Amino acid sequence: MICGGFMTDVHPPARIERPSALSFLGYALGLFVVFWCLSGAGFSLDKMLTSPPRFADFVDRAFPPNIEPKVLSRLGWKMVETLQIAVAGAVIGVILSIPVAIFAARGLVAGPVVNQIVRTILSFIRAVPDIAWALVFVVAVGLGPFAGMLAIVVDTIGFCGRFFADDMEATDKGPAESLTAVGARKIDVIACATIPAATPSFISTSLFALEKAVRSSTILGLVGAGGIGIELKVGFDLFDYPTAMTVILMIAAVVIGIEHLSGWARTKVIGEQR
Amino acid sequence: MLATPSLTALSVTDLNVADPIAQAVGQVQTKALDALVCPVDIEVQGLTKHFGATRIFSDVSFRLARGEAVALVGANGTGKSTLLRSLMGLIPVTQGHVRVLGQDMAAANAAGVRAVRTRIGLVSQKHNLVPRLSVLSNVVQGLLGQYPGPRHWCHSFAPEPSRRAAMSALEKVGLADFALRRADRLSGGQSQRVAIARAIVGQPQILFADEPCASLDPAAGEDVMALFFDLVRQQGVTVVFTSHNIAHALDYGDRVLGLADGGVKLDATAASLSADDLRGLYD
Repeated sequence: MICGGFMTDVHPPARIERPSALSFLGYALGLFVVFWCLSGAGFSLDKMLTSPPRFADFVDRAFPPNIEPKVLSRLGWKMVETLQIAVAGAVIGVILSIPVAIFAARGLVAGPVVNQIVRTILSFIRAVPDIAWALVFVVAVGLGPFAGMLAIVVDTIGFCGRFFADDMEATDKGPAESLTAVGARKIDVIACATIPAATPSFISTSLFALEKAVRSSTILGLVGAGGIGIELKVGFDLFDYPTAMTVILMIAAVVIGIEHLSGWARTKVIGEQR
Repeated sequence: MLATPSLTALSVTDLNVADPIAQAVGQVQTKALDALVCPVDIEVQGLTKHFGATRIFSDVSFRLARGEAVALVGANGTGKSTLLRSLMGLIPVTQGHVRVLGQDMAAANAAGVRAVRTRIGLVSQKHNLVPRLSVLSNVVQGLLGQYPGPRHWCHSFAPEPSRRAAMSALEKVGLADFALRRADRLSGGQSQRVAIARAIVGQPQILFADEPCASLDPAAGEDVMALFFDLVRQQGVTVVFTSHNIAHALDYGDRVLGLADGGVKLDATAASLSADDLRGLYD
C-alpha cells in the first residue's frame, strides 16, 4: 500500500502552473532584454571559439612567473603598500561610517528628510566606482598611495554607512526603550543599546569592507593611486608577461588569504555572540 | 461589572485664592494637607489611544496615589502595555492628559519629559538588557537619566559612587557575584533580576512593570514577583504592573484596574475582589 494507506480521492494540483498571458509576455520581454544586452556587449561566439589558442599563447609566454629575488622583493613591498592603503582606508572609513549611519538610520536621531538626504549621498558615493574616486583624488592630492587611501575611505563610507544604518534600524528596540524610559538622552541610548546590539553586524560588514578594500587597492595603481596595480600595468605595457603573472598570482594569494582571515574572524565574533 | 471609585488623594490645587493673606493661609493649609494626604503620582484624564483607525482604548481616567501598587489586568489587545507606555510618554496619546509626578507629559518639552523619567523605572516582559554588555554595565546604565554622558555607558568608566550603587542593587536581587558576567549568559530568572536591579538603581519614585514574569517559568515568576515587591514595598514606591496572572494581581496589587472593551471596566481595591471578578474581564 502506498504511503501507509493515506490515499485520498482529492487530486493534487498540476505540477507546473500554466502562466497567464501577462506573465508570458513578461518572460518574453525579459528574454528580449537579455539578448539585447548581449548584443550591446558585443557578444561574439566566433571570438569565443577562436580565443582559447590566444589565451594559451599568453599562458605559455607568462609561465613560469618571474620569481627573481629582486623582482619578488620589489613586488612584495608594493603588495605591503597595497595592504597599507587598504587597511588604513578601511579603518578610517569604518570609523567615519558610524556617525554617518546614525544620521542615515530611520527613527534614531534625525528626521525622515535628513535620513533621505544622507542615504542619497551614500547612494551617490556607491554609484561612483572606486577607480573613479581614485582618479578624483589623484587630481586633488597628487599621485601616490594617499590618493588611493582617500578613495578607499570614501568607498568604505558609501558601503558601510548604508549597511550600518540598516543594521541599527534592525536591532531589537527593547533595550533602547528601557533606557529611554529612565530618562537617558538619545545619544546615550544609541551608545549603550543600539550600537552594542548592532556590533556583530558592524564587525561582519567591516570585514567585508576590508576584503573589498584589499581587492580595490590592488587595481588603484592603474591610475597612479599607489599599490601593486602599477606593476601590473607596466608588466602588460612592456609585454613582460612573467612579471605580470607574478603580480596576478600575488594579488590572488593575498585576496584569498584576507577572505579566509576575515571569514575566520567573522565566525569567531558572531559565533561567540550566539 | 460597575467601576468602583477608588480612594485617591484630594486635589490641593483648588485652594488657589486671590487674597495674599488668604493665599498664605492657603499655602499653610496646602502643606498641612500634603502631610496628611498621599499626593497623587499619576493622574490620567480622558486618555484615548488610536493606532491608525484602530481604537485601543478611549476616555480612560484614574489617579494613582503615592505608594500604591496597581495591577493593570485585561485580555490580550485591551491596551495594557499601550497604557503603560502612554503613562511613560514613550508613545504619543491621541487625546487626553497624563500627569506624572505633576508634569503633563504631552505638554512638556523633551527635557521636561526626561526629568520626569529620571524618577521612574521600567521592568519589561523581555527584560531588555543589552546582551553583549556585562551585568554591572547594564545596571550602571540605569543611572543614565540622572547622570547622562559617556561615564555611565560602561561600568569601567563609571564614577565609584555609581558603581557602588549598581553593586548594591545587584546585591539586593542576589546577583552581586554575577556582576562581570555577560547579560546574554544569564538564565531568564537571573536576567529579569538584573532588569529589576537596573530599574531600582536610580531609586525611582514610580516603577512600571510590563508583565514582569510572562517569559519565566512559574517558579521563577513567583520568585521574581516576590523579590520585586519586597524591594519596592521597602522604599514606598508607586508601582504599576500589568499581568495576566490573576493571583499576582490580587496578591501584589493594592488596587486593580481592569481593561476591557476599550476602557476601564473595573477599578477596585484588591482586597474587595475575588479571582472570579477578574476572570469576568477575560470573558
